[in-house]
This record gives sequence, structure tokens and C-alpha cells, in this order.
Amino acid sequence: MATKNYAGQSVEVNEEGYLVDASQWNRDIAAEMAKEEGIELTEKHYEVLEFLRNANEKGETLTIRRVGKSGIVDIKGLYKLFPGGPLKFSSKFAGIPKPASCV
Amino acid sequence: MAEVKESPLKKVCIICAKGTIEDVYATLVMANGAVMEGIEAKLFFTFFGLDAITKKQMKKIKTATVGNPAMRAPGGLPFPTILGILPGVEAGVSAMMKSQMYKLDIPPVDEFLEMITAGGGEIYACKLAMDMFKLEKEDLHDEVKDVLTVGDFYAMCGGENTQIIFT
Repeated sequence: MATKNYAGQSVEVNEEGYLVDASQWNRDIAAEMAKEEGIELTEKHYEVLEFLRNANEKGETLTIRRVGKSGIVDIKGLYKLFPGGPLKFSSKFAGIPKPASCV
Repeated sequence: MAEVKESPLKKVCIICAKGTIEDVYATLVMANGAVMEGIEAKLFFTFFGLDAITKKQMKKIKTATVGNPAMRAPGGLPFPTILGILPGVEAGVSAMMKSQMYKLDIPPVDEFLEMITAGGGEIYACKLAMDMFKLEKEDLHDEVKDVLTVGDFYAMCGGENTQIIFT
């Protein structure tokens, strides 16, 4: 466990950089996390992040297929928003645990 | 999982030569998992593996109920091979396997191929096997990029930190 500073706020992250406590999340933290991966967040990104946060709260299993059927973005679009890690990066920026999913 | 920071895997070339549910899905899950991690993936379907990318066959792939010692009835009870030869058993078992996978959000084969190409993965068919089974490019799913010789495929498998996987 480590502490990191994002947007002037100190948050706890695990060894892979995911927030330990999803309630510490805010949009500015997400933006700074994304910047670390070279991604500039747009409203579309935030829509995906909100979707993931809601789904995570409900305890749903998160997969790229699930996001692809959300009506926000299709799978191809999801890859465009989060290159190199459609689920890995989106869940990280959403401040939720990394999904233990293979799809 | 801990990442190997010094030298991460960059590309996987996956060869699928068998047409059972488990062989085809092993290929698709591994390929999709790769592109989801930002790893380049190239898939090569050959011999019976071609069923997975042939329009007519891709929705009908099955699990072998004969000669499959790992095959068990629900609850872990033994499943004697002699039962596997009965009409309808293979279809029933295969339908059950598929329904279990769909519950885990694992899509049917055609949609899975689309997921992989959406992530930049590339799907190829083996020319020799196509000739053998008298198949044409039109018989294959739209996501199949090309029909290749083995040499063509190997030419794509170069580069640092590339692995060839035979499922």
C-alpha cells in the first residue's frame, strides 16, 4: 500500500496504482491518473468512468463486452478512448478495483 | 499480477488447429486477453480450427464427449465414454458448456472475433487447410483478414518479445 498525491489530494493506492478506497475518487484525480498514461480525458471518457463506478457499486462483473453494450461506446470506441488497456486503464481512472476478468 | 517491467510481452501469434469448443475458446480468450493488455495478437486458424472462422460452422462447434477423460457429469460424477456416443449427448453437453460461458459474459464465436479485431487483433486462415477443405475466402467470417501460407504467417511473427502459442 502506498500513498499518492493526485490533484492536491492524498489517496491510498495499491501496488498497481489502483485506488484502495473508491469513495476518495473525483474527476480531477481521474484526469491526473489518465495523464500519467498519456490520455487526456474527455466527457466521453467520464461517461465510461461513471458507468464503471455504478456497475462496480452494484457488484456487477465488469468486462469490455459489458461496457460495449452500455450504449455509451462500442468496444472499438472503448479501445480508442483507452488505448492499450480498455478495461485496465478505464477501471483505474474510475477509481475502482482492477476487474478480475479475462474478457 | 506483478508486471515484468524490464521486458514486457509485445506480441503473441496464436495458432489454432482444432475445432472443439475448448480449443477454439482457448485461442479466442488468449487473443482477446492480449489485445486488452495492449499486446499485439495475430491468430492463425488451420485444419479443424478453420471451423471457428467458417460462417457455416462457427455457431456449431462442440466439445468431444468421446475420448475426453476430463469429461464429467454435473456434480463431478463420472461420465462414461459409452454415454458420449448416444445421439444428442454431444449437442446437449456442448449447449451446456456454451450456456455456462455466456453467463460469464464470454460471447459466441462470431462476436468474439469482432471483439478481438476491435482491439486491433488480426485473424488469418491457413491456405493449405483451406485448399484441403475446399474453402474459399467468401466462406469465412468477415473479420478474417487474409488467407496465408505458413511462411506468410511466420513473417508476421518477428520482432522482440514475440511468442508463438499453439493451443
